[in-house]
This record gives sequence, C-alpha cells and structure tokens, in this order.
Amino acid sequence: MTETKVIQRAIFQKHHQFSTTADNASEQGSEQEEKCVKIFGHQLLNGLATTHQLVAWVTRWTCSIIVEDMMIGISVTFVDKDGEEKHLKVPIGMSMLEAAHENDIELEGACEGSLACSTCHVIVMDMEYYNKLEDPSDEENDMLDLAFGLTETSRLGCQVIAKPELDGIRLAIPAATRNFAVDGYVPKPH
Amino acid sequence: MAIFQARTCLSRAFSTLAYHPLRVCVVGSGPAGFYTAEKLMKAHQGAEVDIIDRLPTPFGLVRSGVAPDHPETKIVVNQFSRVVQHERCSFFGNVTLGSSISLAELRELYHVVVLAYGAESDRVLGIPGEDLFGIHSAREFVWWYNGHPDCKNLDPDLKNTDTAVILGQGNVALDVARILLRPVTELATTDIATHALHVLEESSIRRVYLVGRRGPVQAACTAKELREVLGIKDIRIHIPEADLLKSPEDEEEIKNSRIQRRVYELLSKAASNGHSSPRLGQRELHFVFFRKPDSFFESDNRKGHVSGMHFEKTVLKGVGGGKQIAVGSGQFEDIESRIVLKSIGYKSVPVDGLPFDHQKGVVPNIRGRVLHDSSGDQTLLEEGLYVCGWLKRGPTGIIATNLYCAEETVASLFEDLDQGVLALQSCLPKPGKEGLLRLLGNRNVQVVPFSGWERIDSTERRLGSLKNKPREKLATWEELLKTAM
Ligand SMILES: Cc1cc2nc3c(=O)[nH]c(=O)nc-3n(C[C@H](O)[C@H](O)[C@H](O)COP(=O)(O)OP(=O)(O)OC[C@H]3O[C@@H](n4cnc5c(N)ncnc54)[C@H](O)[C@@H]3O)c2cc1C
Ligand SMILES: NC(=O)c1ccc[n+]([C@@H]2O[C@H](COP(=O)([O-])OP(=O)(O)OC[C@H]3O[C@@H](n4cnc5c(N)ncnc54)[C@H](OP(=O)(O)O)[C@@H]3O)[C@@H](O)[C@H]2O)c1
Ligand code: FES
Repeated sequence: MTETKVIQRAIFQKHHQFSTTADNASEQGSEQEEKCVKIFGHQLLNGLATTHQLVAWVTRWTCSIIVEDMMIGISVTFVDKDGEEKHLKVPIGMSMLEAAHENDIELEGACEGSLACSTCHVIVMDMEYYNKLEDPSDEENDMLDLAFGLTETSRLGCQVIAKPELDGIRLAIPAATRNFAVDGYVPKPH
Repeated sequence: MAIFQARTCLSRAFSTLAYHPLRVCVVGSGPAGFYTAEKLMKAHQGAEVDIIDRLPTPFGLVRSGVAPDHPETKIVVNQFSRVVQHERCSFFGNVTLGSSISLAELRELYHVVVLAYGAESDRVLGIPGEDLFGIHSAREFVWWYNGHPDCKNLDPDLKNTDTAVILGQGNVALDVARILLRPVTELATTDIATHALHVLEESSIRRVYLVGRRGPVQAACTAKELREVLGIKDIRIHIPEADLLKSPEDEEEIKNSRIQRRVYELLSKAASNGHSSPRLGQRELHFVFFRKPDSFFESDNRKGHVSGMHFEKTVLKGVGGGKQIAVGSGQFEDIESRIVLKSIGYKSVPVDGLPFDHQKGVVPNIRGRVLHDSSGDQTLLEEGLYVCGWLKRGPTGIIATNLYCAEETVASLFEDLDQGVLALQSCLPKPGKEGLLRLLGNRNVQVVPFSGWERIDSTERRLGSLKNKPREKLATWEELLKTAM
C-alpha cells in the first residue's frame, strides 16, 4: 500500500467516526464519504493540501459542505489594476496565484510560488477575511517587507490557499499607478 | 495639424502593423530589460523588440549577481525566457553598446531605444590606500563566484589570512559574508563557479567583520538575508549590545519603517542569543556598527598589500526628514585583515553621446524619458530615448522593483507616442533588426542569438548534472562563444 493510500485511509477513518455521530448520518452519507475520499486523494496526490489540513477540515465541517466546496470551489473576486472585477471559483487547496493564472488574471509570480519574490502581492479587501487567514510565516513577512504598496491586509497570493471559510474573499492586485483611494479603499501604511 | 497627421499615420501604422512595426531596441537583458520588453509587447501589438546584451548570456544580475544558494530567486528566468520566445522579440548577445555599436547608430536604426544596461562599476571611498592588493569591490567578488567571464581571474587570496573585512551592511555585503562563512559542502551543490568553489574549499577565513558606518537601526540589509546569515550552520554571531541602544530619533525611524523594525528586532534577538561559549575553530561573524572607513594600511612585509584598516568611530546626526547620517567622532580604531571587500554600492557607466549625471551615477530622466542634460530642465528631452532599471534609478532595489520601473518607462513611452512627441518619427520605417545585424556583420561581431544561449544553457546543465549541481557555469569568453556557435 502506498503512503498516500495509508494517509487516505487514516482520513477516511477519522471522517467516518465523525459522520456517524452527525445528525444527518445516513446512507447518503456513505456515498459522500466515498466522494470525500476520492477528492482528498486527489488533493493529496497533487500536493494541493496536507494531511493535516484535510483532517482539520473533516473534523470541522459536515461532509456535504466539504464535498460541495471541493467540487465547485469557493468564490473569489480579483480586483485588477484597473479596478475591474473578476469572479472565479477556486478549488479547495489551490493557491490564489495558481487560481489567477488559470483564469488569465494578471498577477505576477516571478518565483512561481517559492516565496522568494513578493510579486504575487495581493491585498485582502475585507479585514474580516484577512483575519480568517493563518498568520503569515516569518518567511512570508520577510518577502512582504519588500512588496510594493504594502498595506495592513497584504498577503502573498502564492501563500493564500483556498479553504471553505474564505468563500467570498475579495483580493485587490496593487499597481504602481493605481490609486486605491479613488475606489474607496484606503491602504494603511505599515 | 502635425499632431493630427502623426496620429493618423501612427494608428495606420499600428492597424496594419505587418509592414510597419514600431522598432524598439532594449539595451541590457537584466530584469529591467526583460520587464520593459514584456510590458511593451503587451501594451502594443505593433511593437517589435530586440534586446541586446554585451554578454553571450542573458538575465543580467539574475545570473551574475543573485547568490548561487538562492535558486528560487532565479526562477524568474523562466518568465524572461517566455518573453524572448515571442515572435516579436529577439535576443542578440555579445553586442556591446559603446564598442560593437554606438548609441547614435542604434538610434538611427530604431524608433525607440530603451537603455537598461545596469550599473557595472563601483562607488569608491576616496580614502588613502584604496588601490592596495587584497582590496576588491563586492561587485567583482560576486562576479567571480557567479562565473561572470570578466572576473574569472580575480583569484582573491583567502588562504593567507583568517580574517576578512566587508565594508557596508547591505544585502550584497550579507551575500558575500554568507559565501565566505557557509560550509563549502553546502555550496558545492549550487551553481557556484567551480574556480570559486576550489578557492573557498581551501579558504582559511574564520572571522568576518561586517562594518557599517551607521547603527543597527539603519542597517541597509533586509530581514530575509539577515535571517539567513544569522542562521548559518555552526557560526558564532557577535553584535555589541551597547550598539543596540536606540535614540529617540532611532525610535522614530523604526516606527516609520517596517523593514528597519524587523531588521533591528532580528539583530537584537541574535545579540541576546550569542552568549554561549565559543568552540575551537568555530567561524565568527562580527557586526561592527558606527565605524567609518578612514584609510587602508599597507603590510610591512608584503609591499603593496593591504594588512588592515583604520576606522573612525561615528555618531549619528539628524539631517531632517527623519534621516540620520554618520559623522566622525575623532576617535579611531583598527581592524587587521589581509582581504577587504568593499560593498558600498554599484555605479553605472556612461556611453558616448548619452547625457549622464556623474554625481548620482544615473542617466538624468523624468519617469524614464532621457533628459537632454542633468541641469534639471525637464522640457529638453532626447527624442526616442528611454531608460529603465539601475541605470535610471541608481543601484538599489530588488528584481521586482524593476517591474514597476519598467511599467513607468513604458507608460511614458506610450504617452509620448500618443501625444505626438514620437509620432512623426515613428511614421518612417526604420531598419531595426535587419539593419542591426547587417551593421554588426560588417564589423565581424559574432552575435549570439537566443538559440546560442540555449546551447550554452543545455551544456551547463549537462555538465552540472555530472557534479550534482543545477548547472556548471561556463566562465570564460572563449568557452561561452564556442558553445554558442
Ligand atoms: C550581488 C547582487 C545580488 C542580488 N540579489 C538579489 C536577490 O537575491 N533578489 C532580488 O530580488 N534582487 C537581487 N539583486 C538586485 C537585482 O539583481 C537588481 O535589482 C536587478 O538585477 C537590476 O536590474 P537591471 O536590469 O537594471 O540591471 P542588470 O541586472 O545589471 O542588467 C544589466 C544588463 O546589461 C548588460 N550590459 C551592461 N553594459 C552593457 C553595454 N554597454 N551594452 C550592452 N549590454 C550591457 C549586462 O551584461 C547585463 O546583462 C541583487 C543585486 C546584486 C548586485
Ligand atoms: N536577496 C536580496 O533581495 C538582495 C540581495 C542582494 C542585493 N539586493 C539589492 O540590491 C541592491 C544593492 O545592494 P547593495 O548592498 O549594493 O547596496 P545598499 O543596500 O545600498 O547598501 C550599501 C551599503 O554601503 C554603505 N555605504 C555606502 N557608501 C559608503 C561609504 N562611503 N562608506 C561606508 N559605507 C558606505 C551603506 O551605508 P549607509 O546606509 O550608511 O549609506 C550600506 O550599508 C539593494 O537594494 C539590495 O536590497 C537584494
Ligand atoms: S510568487 Fe514569488 S513570492 Fe509568491
């Protein structure tokens, strides 16, 4: 049995315990379980999520929410340099940098997500969502130090990974020429 | 009326771009050059961009500056390679502005010339003894370990001394310190030049002084580089705790700058961690603050060689705008060392016919438009001539800074096209690439196209794979040019 399969099984067991105690545990539940396992396997295999993340999700949401979110993804809005909005669905586990690139959104990513460039800088437009993100690591903060037009809710797009709580998040792409104040968004200096 | 004519002519030119493209030449293939080419082609379907570089290899300081143990930083060359693979973009290596071709000739051949040839010389201290053997600029030292063909033979003497002094506390200084102090086994699997690796393997340097003329609050490095140098395996860090005391002016600086605050915090933390007792042979990194280079002194037994430095202790003086400068206090101190690396900043060099601000070491410009002279008159512009990157802003900023810099220059260029400043000229067809190649052919210049670089690239990777390195850089002109053929 490969390592991934072992992990998958562990998750399955964890999840199983959870769903049998849930209110709506039923026949339908086990179908969803299968779906979950499939999707989780995909996420793990493709390095889109860690076991740790998956276990955390399983223990925190009902199965149907997980299945739904993972299939269609969460809603994310990018506001580009000219203030134009683009709405996307981003699968759980995918970074905002990858999501932007898959959808032809012009977000730079000079180091391709290896935390060495700061060009994937995005601004989380609502503090409420910013607070839902895990705190940036020292390494991310080191790169944010150098980001152009840093604000209090700045993050690196390659480090923001889609998870269910982020459904509805809005991200602005800062530009040298863009004046946020005009759009009603006032960046706070650090 | 003229403007109107120009505009219609221009729009015709762009709508029927097949027979009348806007010919642009970008000089320099570092980040500034590549970002300029990318933005230009994106903004205008009618622009054809030729990038020339004096080296047979592209990417500027991403290849010859960025440290060998920072492979992630170099990933950006993937993006640059995609730019040059565009059908409207070409790369011509081994073409030097100023010797293969003059600026006047280039401006004749193209509608627009964007200069992005960086900063290939050094600030000098202007103090006695600066020419002694054993003193190198960090630029040369970095070129040497990164396999730049101009510095293969630098051969710094790291064998006859256990102490090195690095002047300056910017990121380049920290890179150099790290290369000197990091276990060589860790460097062996990077793309460091093999000639440098051999010298480092035999290095007897155990102690490195990083000397700044101001205090820990003003250190010019960034947190990422500092964290890395502080984390070198098995190294002892010395930071004088007394120097960490902050004045009210320092507090103010820290409050206003996130970078400075985080750098200061890292230094304070490292200072309080550094109390363990030293082990025999352990390498040491000493941060020395408030010391201004005063003079170099010559060795008694090795004529013409440096054996140490006089420093003047400094105090900080506010000069307004929250800035503090270092002023001498009249007290002096020496540090003995037979190798000194000056990392006090790079400097651009002018070419014939180019307005140049010798004091600042940049091309006088307004948002990337080259000014006729540096007198400050912003109305006299050099038509069709633009500047970007370190040559425009001076030698500071990371790779990404050049992206915004290029956006600004390209925006100016298109404003000028739109407003007619450039329009009349761009109505006439220009010889562009064909003219350039004809002229260089007549002069027997061996132009290295991108496919030539690709041959170098694959050879380097192949040689590297034999040694468990990502690449083995070819570090002589002969090898590079032969392989590119
Ligand atoms: C040692 C060092 C390490 C660095 N490390 C990092 C890092 O880790 N991360 C980071 O983000 N930034 C780093 N930087 C900063 C970054 O490299 C610069 O911001 C950037 O390279 C500047 O771009 P540029 O295009 O203006 O100049 P350059 O990159 O210097 O490019 C100039 C190009 O012009 C060519 N050229 C010069 N003269 C002529 C001529 N006469 N004719 C034709 N061509 C010519 C050169 O060969 C070169 O290819 C580092 C800088 C240095 C010095
Ligand atoms: N990993 C990275 O991101 C990375 C790596 C390397 C380089 N870079 C970037 O490349 C740019 C160039 O780096 P750099 O280190 O060459 O330049 P820098 O950051 O400007 O540092 C220059 C240093 O030299 C000192 N100095 C200047 N003139 C002096 C004099 N006459 N006497 C004594 N000291 C003097 C400065 O001190 P004062 O502050 O007192 O002037 C400062 O400590 C920087 O923007 C840097 O961030 C980035
Ligand atoms: S892509 Fe480089 S830090 Fe995110």
